[in-house]
Amino acid sequence: MKRILILGAGTAGTMAANKLRPRLDDSWEITIVDQNTDHYYQPGFLFIPFGTYTPDEVVKPKIDFIPQGVNMILAEIDLIEAEENRVKLVDGTTLTYDFLIIASGAQVRPDETPGLKSDEYGRTVHDFYTFEGAKNLAKALRTWEGGRLVVNIIEMPIKCPVAPLEFSFLADSHFIERDMRDDVEIVYVTPLDGAFTKPVASRHLGNLLEEKNISLEADFYLERVDTDEKKLISYDEREVEYDMLVTIPLNMGAEFIQRSGLGNEMNYVPVDNGNFLSKDFDNVFALGDAADLPTSKAGSVAHFAMEVFTENFLRYIEGLPMLEEFDGHANCFIESGHGKGLLIDFNYDTQPLPGKYPLPGIGPFSLLKETEINHWGKMMFKWVYWNMLIKGKEMPLPHEMLMAGKISDGES
Amino acid sequence: MPVTTIADREIHVDEDGFLTEFDEWDEDLAATLATNIGIGELTDEHWAVITFLRSDYTEQGETPTLRRVATIGGIPTKSMFQLFPKKPARKMSYVAGLQKPKGCI
Ligand SMILES: Cc1cc2nc3c(=O)[nH]c(=O)nc-3n(C[C@H](O)[C@H](O)[C@H](O)COP(=O)(O)OP(=O)(O)OC[C@H]3O[C@@H](n4cnc5c(N)ncnc54)[C@H](O)[C@@H]3O)c2cc1C
Repeated sequence: MKRILILGAGTAGTMAANKLRPRLDDSWEITIVDQNTDHYYQPGFLFIPFGTYTPDEVVKPKIDFIPQGVNMILAEIDLIEAEENRVKLVDGTTLTYDFLIIASGAQVRPDETPGLKSDEYGRTVHDFYTFEGAKNLAKALRTWEGGRLVVNIIEMPIKCPVAPLEFSFLADSHFIERDMRDDVEIVYVTPLDGAFTKPVASRHLGNLLEEKNISLEADFYLERVDTDEKKLISYDEREVEYDMLVTIPLNMGAEFIQRSGLGNEMNYVPVDNGNFLSKDFDNVFALGDAADLPTSKAGSVAHFAMEVFTENFLRYIEGLPMLEEFDGHANCFIESGHGKGLLIDFNYDTQPLPGKYPLPGIGPFSLLKETEINHWGKMMFKWVYWNMLIKGKEMPLPHEMLMAGKISDGES
Repeated sequence: MPVTTIADREIHVDEDGFLTEFDEWDEDLAATLATNIGIGELTDEHWAVITFLRSDYTEQGETPTLRRVATIGGIPTKSMFQLFPKKPARKMSYVAGLQKPKGCI
């Protein structure tokens, strides 16, 4: 009996279990470990604060998505002893493996920023990157009478790097609908030098901020938060005051990765960008947000990556060479408010460009352009996520990014 | 790739002026690069940053982030902002002759 052990039953781990089980016979045992009984549709957290989604729409039991023939263990992971091919759980159990797949994601760590995790957390300081945070913020917004709303990214990389922009756009639209936009000032505070990371997208999204009267405070590298004085303080001593702060706390990989000596300075696992094999151990892979890949931490990336991973992994465990190379393909809908959205499509080498997706010239989705169809794409994604994506069903989209349909920088 | 002349030498740079050839850099050039962006005399503290950046680049193949310089290199973020004001990540890698930091994705 050979053993495959998957750590984490979130987007990537669940997908891997579903992709691998039907392709392997009974001589392979697959076990998946997670500390949580609930599977969250994290992209839905964005919509909870504005009442677009109710909390129960974004959570389902994890076990419903784990295929037959895969053992699910509910426990907290304590340590990987990669030299010995074993994993220790906090309850004292030891699991051994032939192949290990780390899929423990990224977590928010407000405790890492001086001053942030004070009594004000959940009152004047909020996040929407956790289920609890998003629900709390929904409550706070319902009775908020206006003032200065500051949306802030502490440090990159973060999961779904467009989510804070989307939050700002949706906030603008939300306050207009509530007829109180004049009472709210929205400020977007980021360590980046513009609205987004890549030049063409940054320009398009920066224009949108302007159109929506959201001011941009760029190059703001936050040192600490003073929640009594209600202000953010940067390393070069700039200050931004707020009445309500919506922060994206530092994102980091799981702590057990660091304890196990397998992580970089952010607890992400260094892997080969093309096939996800650990740089240190030849029977350890890292998938999803847990891996130190130079592309977005997003469910869509985990999905495209999984296609490449599955074929490679099935060859690799038979002693055959891995053939395919992942290109870093990411595809993110960006909600822009008032029932519209944008879409960006990019990879390791190509920045997001305007054009059509997935069919060149036809779409139906438009890249880097606000349309209603894009908004419906984002809304449909919830159904796709629960019913196809994490169940590992085939989707009619190529995993590699295509240049066809894109208009490059000079032309845009 | 554009070629430019800095301190009487031909140097390969990218569109923002960052060196693209690791080996075209030396300590004299660093001093000139620093002057170009308004940093005066390079002190021992500047050199500690530059040395870490170059050695980490050799090992990792990419320009380290501020956090990496802080946690692995042991140089407090606050000092990086004092030594290379306003945009330390860019300025540090410019002077150290490394590729422009990727920013993030
Ligand atoms: C607000 C928000 C909006 C987003 N929007 C989008 C979007 O529009 N499009 C998109 O593609 N992506 C989006 N994402 C990102 C997407 O949700 C993630 O990239 C994706 O879920 C990553 O999957 P994963 O399996 O790597 O990690 P996760 O799904 O987070 O799973 C990690 C699992 O590991 C478990 N775990 C961790 N540590 C331990 C431990 N010590 N012991 C046991 N179990 C452990 C956790 O319980 C969890 O179940 C968004 C994320 C957020 C937060």
